[in-house]
Amino acid sequence: MKEFIEGSHAIAQIIKACQPGVISAYPITPQTHIVEDLAQLVANGELKAQFVNVESEHSAASVVLGGSATGVRVYTATSSQGLFYMQEVVFNIAGMRLPVVMTCANRAISAPINIWNDQQDSISLRDAGWVQIYAEDNQEAVDFHLIAYRLAEDKRVMLPVMVCMDGFILTHGMETVDMPEQEKVNKFLPNYKPLYKLDPAEPTSMGLLADPDYYMETRFAIQETLKASLGYLSEISQEFNTVFGRNYKDLLVEEYQTKDADKVIVAMGSVCGTIKEAVDQQRAKGKKVGLLRVITFRPFPYARVYEALKDVPRVAVLDKAVSLGAYAPIAVEMKAAFYGKKKGPKVISSFVGGLGGRDITLESIDEVFRRLTAKEVNSDFIDLKPELLKEDTRR
Amino acid sequence: MFGPLTVKPAESKGDKTGSWRTQVRPHYLHKDCIACRMCLIICPEGCVHGKEKNAFWADYNFCKGCGVCADICPKKDIAMVVEESKGEDK
Repeated sequence: MKEFIEGSHAIAQIIKACQPGVISAYPITPQTHIVEDLAQLVANGELKAQFVNVESEHSAASVVLGGSATGVRVYTATSSQGLFYMQEVVFNIAGMRLPVVMTCANRAISAPINIWNDQQDSISLRDAGWVQIYAEDNQEAVDFHLIAYRLAEDKRVMLPVMVCMDGFILTHGMETVDMPEQEKVNKFLPNYKPLYKLDPAEPTSMGLLADPDYYMETRFAIQETLKASLGYLSEISQEFNTVFGRNYKDLLVEEYQTKDADKVIVAMGSVCGTIKEAVDQQRAKGKKVGLLRVITFRPFPYARVYEALKDVPRVAVLDKAVSLGAYAPIAVEMKAAFYGKKKGPKVISSFVGGLGGRDITLESIDEVFRRLTAKEVNSDFIDLKPELLKEDTRR
Repeated sequence: MFGPLTVKPAESKGDKTGSWRTQVRPHYLHKDCIACRMCLIICPEGCVHGKEKNAFWADYNFCKGCGVCADICPKKDIAMVVEESKGEDK
């Protein structure tokens, strides 16, 4: 049923429909509304789950790790510093192959403290062994949670999934969302049956010491599983389309006007809505531009990216995160996707924008297209204010 | 694909950690033992076994050669001897 609803409320509603047995979270802006809503739903008896109030994100992650290990569906959500505080456990969850689903309401990282949106938090945890899916709008954010549980709990996968949605822009944005009906959710997402679980009747230990004789195989297994997950994601998205009547191609990348394009921007998340508008405007003026939206960042869909952009002469990668002192995160993957290949863009320029919530406007996107010339640039910051970069003379 | 993920109880005993022992091992002399059980109780690995006088022994599959058994023995009936080979048997 279509509802005009705030992103966070929509996420809480869809998590309710997924019926997790254990929820644990610690409030942090801009994730707060999601877990506030869930706490309310549990307190009202509308959702039969155990909501564990904890003293920190490290504990929240530990609670869902433990909950998942006992064989129930679990949920948590966080942002920014909270995700970093979870980091140790985030790696443990993947290492123990527990199908935890987490919402990351993307927010900038301190210092200086900043509560607004960029994607530095989840991008920084790209090596943790989690699947990372980035939503463009709230409809996707809702749908991706269903797909996340299906993928995570798939017996071929058994890995955690992080659904990333831009803080405030999506979490606090009001949009019309077609909320999936409970019967359809039940059909698409059967009860979770664990491969193995903590059970006093049949004791077993998880995640304990693996010396040099054992450790590498655990990592190799996750690596291979993640690579194979690209295919499972396509498969699951097709089934999702059948049940809910949507039109997701494969949930790896979205090609928007790329077929005959001379210039294409590659980006991730909600900024792609703005880029599509800019592309439409430029197309109306007869300019051949397009957008390639990366939906799944981990595992990275190299083959799909190659197919989509192999005939495009110039590509601009717009990152909303930085790897300070190196190439920007998505730009690295784009260059890797074409390295040593016969075909591919002559130019892959890398731009950084929107850090700490600075608006990426239509003008910003036009500026990116303007700066995308024959001369390749790397980590070129857009919308900078040079007047703020003078040396501090107050001392 | 899955790597090693879970371990059943007692499976960890399959890890013969006595291989970490590098220098010395306890040698039970079996001469003056009074079966006070001090060596058995103090062993941090719980790898000393025995009940009767002059019948205690250390399981070298797990013994790390720390020597606290020899140190606490009131009859000095345990000698720490130089490790001959990196053995896993008694």
